[in-house]
Amino acid sequence: MSLSVFFQHCLTGISLGGAYALIAIGYTMVYGILRLINFAHGDIFMVAGYFMIFATATFGWMAGIPIMLICTVLLGVVIEKAAYKPIRTAPRMSVMISAIGVSYLLQNLTTYLFTALPKPFPEIPFLKKIFQIGPVSASLVTFLTPVLTIVLVVILVYITNHTKIGMAMRAVSRDFETSRLMGIKINNVISITFVIGSFLAGVGSLLYFTDRMSVTPFSGSLPGLKCFVAAVIGGIGSVPGAVVGGFVIGICETFLIALGYSTFSDAFTFILLIIMLLFRPTGLFGEKMIDKV
Amino acid sequence: MKKTTKMICTLIAAAAFIALLVFLESNKNKYGMAVTVLQKGFILAVVAVSMNLLNGFTGLFSLGQAGFMALGAYAYAIFTIPVESRGSVYYISGIHPAIENIEFPMVVALIFAGLVAAAFAAVIGFPVLRLKSDYLAIATLGFSEIIRAFIASPQMDQITNGSYGLKSIPAANIYMVIGLCIVCITIMAMLINSSYGRAFKAIREDEIAAEAMGINLLKHKELAFVISSFFAGIGGALLAMFMRSIDSSTFKIALTYDILLIVVIGGMGSITGSVLSALLVTASKEWWLRFFDEPLTIAGVNIPLFRNGFRMVIFSILLMVVVLFYRRGIMGTNEFSWEGLFGLIKSIPKRISSLFRKKEGAAK
Repeated sequence: MSLSVFFQHCLTGISLGGAYALIAIGYTMVYGILRLINFAHGDIFMVAGYFMIFATATFGWMAGIPIMLICTVLLGVVIEKAAYKPIRTAPRMSVMISAIGVSYLLQNLTTYLFTALPKPFPEIPFLKKIFQIGPVSASLVTFLTPVLTIVLVVILVYITNHTKIGMAMRAVSRDFETSRLMGIKINNVISITFVIGSFLAGVGSLLYFTDRMSVTPFSGSLPGLKCFVAAVIGGIGSVPGAVVGGFVIGICETFLIALGYSTFSDAFTFILLIIMLLFRPTGLFGEKMIDKV
Repeated sequence: MKKTTKMICTLIAAAAFIALLVFLESNKNKYGMAVTVLQKGFILAVVAVSMNLLNGFTGLFSLGQAGFMALGAYAYAIFTIPVESRGSVYYISGIHPAIENIEFPMVVALIFAGLVAAAFAAVIGFPVLRLKSDYLAIATLGFSEIIRAFIASPQMDQITNGSYGLKSIPAANIYMVIGLCIVCITIMAMLINSSYGRAFKAIREDEIAAEAMGINLLKHKELAFVISSFFAGIGGALLAMFMRSIDSSTFKIALTYDILLIVVIGGMGSITGSVLSALLVTASKEWWLRFFDEPLTIAGVNIPLFRNGFRMVIFSILLMVVVLFYRRGIMGTNEFSWEGLFGLIKSIPKRISSLFRKKEGAAK
């Protein structure tokens, strides 16, 4: 592998990793607060792709992006209110089954509405502009993804550490009951979490699908699982951890595909997960949890 | 109810079921759909009960069923495809010389399929079962995807025929398939009613309390995991026998979700519930609710909702309704009994009248 090819793959990997990181944040935040693997998150990301297609077809891409983001955020909040809120006190397994049910519903609903055939993702000329740096060439979106990811994460970390709502979020993730006694409106905090998660999934979907060109009802499920793995690797509940995990998985995957092991690239992600769970179950940046009897 | 009455009821039901099978088998062409649904329903029932053994009875949330089914299906298919037709199956890259001439009789191959899945489960069980609830779910799901990727990989071409799948798997008749399914389900039911089953339930209710009562946690979890995978493997083999051609895309995560749907609708922790719901779900999916996918015209007006894929939407909504409002499913944690059935029938008039009374009260 020559140096320029190596850099090319690095760039692709970082770009993919950025998109993964944005989705992984959604998983990690929801898990941090509700202790729930939001299996539907990958499908929210897929539906965001469809929103973008239709918003662009009707309003053009300039207005399409904000409309897509608003729709995605609404979808995320509606899912939380309809499917997770009524069974918040139920056993963990029921909540998880509900999440799987939502994922199943979104996949089947999109198959029904838009057929299973891939739909072309709108091309945004501004993002597709090709840049050439020495022997390495890439479109603007490839450069933009990691930058945008870092900027969004810095904003998010600021929100969680220095604002009132961020403080409330941290309190709720520590102890549900106590924070309620302290006057925190739990439902609002959870809704905000879903708003942030879905917003980032919307941005991630824009960046991811611009590179992939088409959306199918099933294009969300595997990236969704990979991003969950990314969140686990980084230490679930930790935003910077999710970002590091996303980049690790994106870069590893790109290099495995470049080396010709594309059939194993998905399997590799899970092998990484299992190794991580066995040797450091709290992830790279996670806090140790102690079960009280 | 007396024991003899129950016995007579059971015998009558069994005789009626066998008569139904004979009738269907002799009129196969006319009732093709019923034959298919009954076989597929029973095969899925085996897998659903095996998943219930783990999720409903032992409280281990595992999502690896599709992977173990894939192992079983491939192990069965590779060793039962007739030697003379193997050339045409492995026409791309040829068959590996080590397995070229080995052919097992059906039952041996079935048990072998179960053992392959169980052996794999035993190996991954030790590390994986130390994980707690959702981590266990995601790790087993991961393994199921790894198995699928491995089977479909070009490096395995000479054994699994890679992404082309396997075909010309010998078929079995309906008695064979359903008989085997019933045997498998009975064995699992016996296990659940034994002292092991009680230990599993104790682990489900409270791990720490169970351990304090002297139940070896890891041993029992491993046992439940291995047995569940054994029967999932046999279920996969039966599916291969029934479908006669398999490829790795059959065993996607969606298959695990389908089985989970069956288990949830039937009730987590009820064997008869799983069997009943496997039959109901399969029948509705493949047969009764087909009309949702066909264009519908009522009195000359074309109803626009009815088209391809609508059935699955209805199904997912049904699953959500069950999860959110009827968390117990059809049977909850109860099992089928004749007293229960007759009690239900007897209570119908009372229920209807109480329904009317409520309405009257509301009107007043």
